Amino acid sequence: MISFSSVFKAYPKGNGGLRDVSFRVRKGEFVFLTGHSGAGKSTMLKLMYAEQRPTNGTVEVAGFDIGQIGATDIPRLRRKLGCVFQDFLLLEERTAQENVAFALEVTGAHRETIPGKVMRVLTQVGLAAKAGAYPRELSGGEQQRVAIARALVNDPPILLADEPTGNLDERATRGVFQLLRDINAGGTCVVMATHDLDLVKSANYRSVELRGGEVVFDSAEGHEAQR
Amino acid sequence: MNLTLREALLSFRRTPLLSALSVTTIAFSLFVVGLFGLVAVNLKHALSTVEERVEIVAYTLRGTPTETIAQASSDIAAFPEVSTVNYVSEDEALKRARTELVEFRDAYRDLSTNPLPASLEIRLKPGSRDAESVATVAERLKGFPFIDDVRYGRDWIAKLDHLRNLLGLVGLMVGAAFAVVAVVIIGTTIRMAVLQRAREISIMRLVGATDWFVRGPFLLEGAVKGLLGGLLAITMCAGTFSLVTSSSGLLAGLVFFEPIHLIAGVCFGVAMGLGASMVSVGRHLRDV
Repeated sequence: MISFSSVFKAYPKGNGGLRDVSFRVRKGEFVFLTGHSGAGKSTMLKLMYAEQRPTNGTVEVAGFDIGQIGATDIPRLRRKLGCVFQDFLLLEERTAQENVAFALEVTGAHRETIPGKVMRVLTQVGLAAKAGAYPRELSGGEQQRVAIARALVNDPPILLADEPTGNLDERATRGVFQLLRDINAGGTCVVMATHDLDLVKSANYRSVELRGGEVVFDSAEGHEAQR
Repeated sequence: MNLTLREALLSFRRTPLLSALSVTTIAFSLFVVGLFGLVAVNLKHALSTVEERVEIVAYTLRGTPTETIAQASSDIAAFPEVSTVNYVSEDEALKRARTELVEFRDAYRDLSTNPLPASLEIRLKPGSRDAESVATVAERLKGFPFIDDVRYGRDWIAKLDHLRNLLGLVGLMVGAAFAVVAVVIIGTTIRMAVLQRAREISIMRLVGATDWFVRGPFLLEGAVKGLLGGLLAITMCAGTFSLVTSSSGLLAGLVFFEPIHLIAGVCFGVAMGLGASMVSVGRHLRDV
């Protein structure tokens, strides 16, 4: 599904880049990316959804080579991915329902099929009753659920989540995390960047730790990476 | 397309102030260009009425048979530059002189013989009224053996030419300058709209919208703003025109744009709006 081989990413300012990262995510897997801020978690995710390109090495996601991907292929890649962020990135002037429908509309989905799909995912995330609410009328946890619904509505095989619980209280965090687990249980590959170690420990999923742009631990290999 | 239209309309509704600002900016830029255009159109109109009076008079030698003159008249009328040839006989010249030159009426009445020569009055077609064509035709007329003298306002025709060229050049330059200013201003207002919606654009791209999909609403918005701006500019021009012509009797003879000019103006507005949003959105999409 996702593969990094000897990936280097350098930023002009020098922070948050990656150094010789090789790692692979299999279909249906749930992977935590952990590490302090600036360790390179967000960079890895940005490479996955082609917001950035690797300076060196190869990144492959859902069959696309991110280093070589053309401008017209980026939308095609992103339709195979769902992305969830710490600050939700919802459109404030649109209701929950419209925010989710938006992701279908931009991909040119048939108008008649949109309402049904939207209600299905809103039900899945437990927000069917608040479909007509605007983001400002929803709690942080509810807004993140709308964002997850939007990420899921195209049935992507991969869900990328960058600190999805970073702005949420403990209760909302548990709720959102449970939702991501359910989604993974349904067969969707989930890559979640977080610095919440309690959350990581609470579930028996693979965790990959980054430090200074390098992978220093991968639970799949069961030991500290040798450097 | 349906969605594009909806998004463009939404943008007008969400940011009425910014949209109104863009439309008035376009309108005022086009209004200035339009005012200058009106001045140019009227100068051209005034010049063409002056030009209509461009005339060559060829005086014939005394005693030339009328048949010769009639034959020559039809030859001259066949010149490509010539529109009409009018024969003025000696008697008619005298009659005209008596009515037109009242001061000399007595002098003309007491004449025993008519001192005035017969002549051919030649008017030229539009487009052949410049100094060069006039001189060419005059030169050709001198080739007829029975033509005694050829007269035309050589100096003032040359001056008219010069004035017309100068006006055309100044008009073109000022018009182009205002058009450039207008495009820059429109580009800036659309850029503001793009920046204001930068978040929305990034979200659209994140969920897999193509660049053309992102551009669509902005292009439509720019075109609509250009259209509205163009229509507003025409209204302002028409208002100013009727105000000026009604307030002063001196300017009552002014002419307004022809429909084709108005259509061209609106098309220009649309093109400006479209071009400016194309550049603004394109730059934004490249930057992020």
